[in-house]
Amino acid sequence: MTPVFDLTNESAGYRGATVLTGVTLRVTTGERIALVGESGVGKSTLLRLLYGQCRDRASLIPQEFGLVQSLTVFHNVYMGQLHEHSLWRNFRNLLRPVQQDVEAVRDVLDGLRLEDKLFSTVGELSGGQQQRTAIGRALYHTGDIVLGDEPVSNVDEHQARRILKILGERKKTCILAMHDRALALDFADRLIGLKGGQIVLDEPTAGMTPDDLDSLYVH
Amino acid sequence: MDSPRPRSPLFKTTMAFVLIALAATIFADLEISTIHPWVELKRLLLGVVTPDFYATDNLGGALVYTLAFALLGVAFGNIFGFVLSLLFFSRIVRTGCAFVRSVHELFWALIFLQLFGLSPLTGILAIGIPYAGIIAKVYAEILEEADPAPLQAIPEGTSRASAFIFVRLPDAWSHFKTYSMYRLECGLRSSAVLGFVGLPTLGFHLESAFSQGLYSEVSALLILFYFIIASMRVWMRRAMLPFYLVGAAAILPWGLSFSAENIWRFLTHDIVPYPLRTADGGDVMANMGAWLHTMLIDQALPGAIATMQLTMIALVGTGLLTLVFFPLISPLLFKRPARTLGHAFLVVIRSTPEYILAYVLLQLWGPSMLPAIIALTLHNAGIIGHLVGRYTETIKLRVDACTGIRRYGYEILPRIYRQMLALLFYRWEVIMRETAILGILGIMTLGFYVDSAFADLRFDRAILLILVTALLNIAVDIISRRIRSRLRLQTSMEVQ
Repeated sequence: MTPVFDLTNESAGYRGATVLTGVTLRVTTGERIALVGESGVGKSTLLRLLYGQCRDRASLIPQEFGLVQSLTVFHNVYMGQLHEHSLWRNFRNLLRPVQQDVEAVRDVLDGLRLEDKLFSTVGELSGGQQQRTAIGRALYHTGDIVLGDEPVSNVDEHQARRILKILGERKKTCILAMHDRALALDFADRLIGLKGGQIVLDEPTAGMTPDDLDSLYVH
Repeated sequence: MDSPRPRSPLFKTTMAFVLIALAATIFADLEISTIHPWVELKRLLLGVVTPDFYATDNLGGALVYTLAFALLGVAFGNIFGFVLSLLFFSRIVRTGCAFVRSVHELFWALIFLQLFGLSPLTGILAIGIPYAGIIAKVYAEILEEADPAPLQAIPEGTSRASAFIFVRLPDAWSHFKTYSMYRLECGLRSSAVLGFVGLPTLGFHLESAFSQGLYSEVSALLILFYFIIASMRVWMRRAMLPFYLVGAAAILPWGLSFSAENIWRFLTHDIVPYPLRTADGGDVMANMGAWLHTMLIDQALPGAIATMQLTMIALVGTGLLTLVFFPLISPLLFKRPARTLGHAFLVVIRSTPEYILAYVLLQLWGPSMLPAIIALTLHNAGIIGHLVGRYTETIKLRVDACTGIRRYGYEILPRIYRQMLALLFYRWEVIMRETAILGILGIMTLGFYVDSAFADLRFDRAILLILVTALLNIAVDIISRRIRSRLRLQTSMEVQ
């Protein structure tokens, strides 16, 4: 399989401070990876590092969603394909959505149970609805890689499983930071654990139990 | 013995400004020179309470023209201001904007009158050009504050224009709308004042009614003007805007023609310093030196001193009066009925252009600094008092907080003082621009010399004096920004 990422002994930081050191990581197309570890350990930094390497074919679901608050759900999801359309088409959609694009966005939202909020302003939505909008934007992006920073943290478990299933179906390669260990193990086929700014665990999930991850959270 | 608590920088700055203002007041001419100032005031007040809406058939026309110039001028300023705000990263654009907004609308009008006569273009450009400079700056700041997080999530390869309209513009848009409404309110005041230099707006009819002592008509004009401003949120609808703009353009008297030759002569000949354009040999430099000496030492210098003197008195006066005005609308100090009255009072005084206020007082008391000080202080304290009063609505007092004058002094004043100083320093430059303009009414500020130069058709002198005024204004703006950053004074409220 072709590698999507190939990092050797990389370091990365955030606002001038080094967060990650000695990261060696090889990811191939089709893998489903869960990133686990305590908050502040560098999951977001690792995701940003990976995203920087494949911006042209990956979509990112940031932890804080990165939505434009004053636009509707339709517009925010449509932004996933902003680069595929002409400026004129984008402008037209801003003023008065084009039917064809509305249908395409509606298809994406169907699976996320957000279709009734299509033309609601994002700023008026709940946290969970906003998060699903950000997922919709990533799904609408035509790239086959998705990078998500706690993408299902604001929805209930039942919904989380459904959304993860959709992500897995629509995108070939998924790398998601997750704090729910059981969910992570169910979803991923490979698990990467971070501790102290380094990768300390990188194994297939087959046969693992949530308790096996305890060492990541113990000082 | 305990060492005394060091004076705070806030206190020191306040004291310095108060002392400067006191010194300026000592040397100020505050004389009331009319013979029967109070009799006339009584007649005026009588007129105010007996408005006559049928005194003239010009009433409707005056208001419609005032509206038309304001709408078109603000629309012009908005469009160009927006475009310029996108180019605000360029130093040339920033400097250019700083320059055009440092020249008052009335000065622009005096210049355009020479170019286009009484054509509507004069009024539209006089409002539109300085407004474009102000709007560009404010819009650039708004765009800068847009949330950058969505930018990181948009796909690679998105064009800058697409990213701009989807990420930056939407969040800025509602701020643009709010600010445009505020600008339109300012535009109505500017438009009204343009009547004083001959355009057919409110000021024109006000001046003629006033000079004939028709105070009931003056009162009717002003009451209708307040009504238009107070009801702006009702009639100003986005769907109606195109109709308003087309209507405004349709009713203005475009028939008045102007000659290209005239414009060309003004730009290439009339505004060139006299010694240069009459150069006939050797001593051009000497003549130019003498000309500059006359202009700078005999006119610009005394004009600038008087302008600064009046500005400082008005600035500190505004601060003092704000302390009296803001409680009138503060829910922490007054109950609703009293506050409603306070609101009405502040709306009236801040909707009256300081130029009109100064004009009225000047007619009553004769030309000295007194009418100007009172006009500037009242109008600006009305604006800042309103903003500070609204700010107190966000203050949460503990349940057992003291009441009355103690609450004012111990609970509220310390909380609003920074905010108030920030607003005053923002307003400083605006007050200065207005002070210069009041010279047209006969007070010896820079506007007086500019107006005299225009009256004598000495356009080279007028332009030089306007440049001096603009530079002085930019200097005050820079000093104000330094003080604000040194004292870390910031405000989220618009007072441009």
